[in-house]
Amino acid sequence: MASIASTGPVLATERASRGIWRDALRRLLRNGPALVGLFFIALFLFLALLAPLLTPYDPVVGTLADRLQPPGSPGHLLGTDLQGRDELARIVYGARLSLVVCVGSVLMGLAMGGTIGAIAGAAGGRTDAVLMRTVDVLLAIPGILLAIGVVTWLGRGLPQIMLAVAATNAPIFARILRGSLLANREQDYVIAARSIGAPRLRVLFRHLLPNSLTSVMVAGTLALATAIIDVAGLGFLGLGPSDPRTAEWGTMLTDSTQYLRQGPFLIFFPGVAIVISAIGFNLLGDGLRESLDPRLKR
Amino acid sequence: MTKYIVRRLLSTIPVLFGLSVVLFVFVHLLPGDPATALLGQHATPELTARIRAQLGLDKPLYEQYLTYLSNMAHGNFGVSILDNRPILEEFGTRFPGTIELTIGALAFAFGLGIPLGRFAARHVQGLGDGLVTVISLVGISIPIFVLGYTLQFLLAVDLKILPASSSLDARLVVPPVTHFILVDALLAGQPDAFVDALRHLVLPSIALGTIPLAIVTRITRASVLDVANEDYVRTARAKGLREGRVDSRHIMRNAWLPVVTVIGLQVGGLLAGAVITETVFTWDGVGRWVFLAIQGHDYIVVQSVITIFAFIFLMVNLIVDVAYAFLNPRIRYA
Repeated sequence: MASIASTGPVLATERASRGIWRDALRRLLRNGPALVGLFFIALFLFLALLAPLLTPYDPVVGTLADRLQPPGSPGHLLGTDLQGRDELARIVYGARLSLVVCVGSVLMGLAMGGTIGAIAGAAGGRTDAVLMRTVDVLLAIPGILLAIGVVTWLGRGLPQIMLAVAATNAPIFARILRGSLLANREQDYVIAARSIGAPRLRVLFRHLLPNSLTSVMVAGTLALATAIIDVAGLGFLGLGPSDPRTAEWGTMLTDSTQYLRQGPFLIFFPGVAIVISAIGFNLLGDGLRESLDPRLKR
Repeated sequence: MTKYIVRRLLSTIPVLFGLSVVLFVFVHLLPGDPATALLGQHATPELTARIRAQLGLDKPLYEQYLTYLSNMAHGNFGVSILDNRPILEEFGTRFPGTIELTIGALAFAFGLGIPLGRFAARHVQGLGDGLVTVISLVGISIPIFVLGYTLQFLLAVDLKILPASSSLDARLVVPPVTHFILVDALLAGQPDAFVDALRHLVLPSIALGTIPLAIVTRITRASVLDVANEDYVRTARAKGLREGRVDSRHIMRNAWLPVVTVIGLQVGGLLAGAVITETVFTWDGVGRWVFLAIQGHDYIVVQSVITIFAFIFLMVNLIVDVAYAFLNPRIRYA
């Protein structure tokens, strides 16, 4: 009896949810700005994944004799920095580091914020109140300051940076997920599932969560853009990877400010890399939002 | 109305309390010992123990929390490790600089963002709209320090139109009274110093104000488009009002309400962004102080500024919410 009761609606939502994603993908591929975003992201992924194949140089150790070569010099397409390290190699390996740290921190933030938001939205009542007040508290610490606090406290290093950026994102994800869980809770299909006796957890995992995840996915994509900027910001403030020689875009920028006159290009390239990848994720995020919710057409 | 304000005030108290717990836990329970952080490489077991006793870290946890709470309530944040000055005193002399920068950034964001948003809404789906959308996209995607150095390099170093850094020309001296350099220049009767300080303010304000500019532009555009579809706007046009009047009296009066709410939310980002902006432009405010504290491992300064900024952020949002309730009766009675 129970099996009949629960298979019916589940099949229906599976079919419906596959529809949502397929429709969204079709709309996304027809969305011009989102395609530009995807192109930038593909470029970023290409550099990050194929880094060792794209450049023969070591991003950390340079040849002092070749220092401060201008862009376009033989063998160094983007020139070299103060320590004679190939700028292209550093940008490409920097993409690799950015990718790992940003995706890692957003996933970490999604895991933390998603859990809090799901518990709050599903449990309601006092649990909800306590969790959401905690989220309010974290949101009261403005943006990158929370990340600065976490890194100054836990020390420099990639895991710390990921945790720091995750901590700034998690409360936002929690609030968004809880909000859409609450909005969906009173929808007809959820009431229908409950009324035929589907267990609470089943309603949560099979009905509520899949339908509430779209807004979190949009927020997550947009968070990748802020993560790139925040990670570079931490690097800029001297809170980057523990080895200061590591190719990290923000750290590269800070290092090059000391010889702005001799090599302005050294500030230009990492800057452009940060901006282009952030634009990519922002465009994709906006495109995802529009294609997941066609009513939002501008 | 009074009821709303009281309710809103009361709702801030648990957040403040929670904030104190979170920051306390942050400092005292997470791995990493403030005594070792203070001493760095010079840490010996004896020294560490002495510092721990000095900071009260050997006392029971609840006692530490109560001391911490009472210190916060009295504005006693301790002294900076780097120069031994009381933190609140140093904050007091540096915060006016950050306020000036923040106001400059807000002025830039709203002064340019509202006209840009209106322009985009008027030319919706057209070339102008597309251009404005691209500007706001780049605006939210460009880190403050990238924009800051670019502006510095192009306008200050290369073209020499504006000063590159600091808040006043080194040859000028303004006696500090209020620590607001613009106010102090006027008080001292030095119009040339006032103009010079204003010129120094331009580039940092643009660097800090670009993210809020992008957000204000987007929200103004969306809000104007929203209101322009309302029945009363059509009625206003139907009764033959001039377009300029429809725009100013019927559309904008209603469209700027959502824009107001943005101010409160942006203040948080501006305070955090000030850390980076002030570092780029060697601007003497709280932000640069945080940067110097990070470099000098002065974690007490970093923690204190985070606490004070979070408090200010909560208070600004309280004020904005109350102001919003004055402007919009629907909120008051909700």
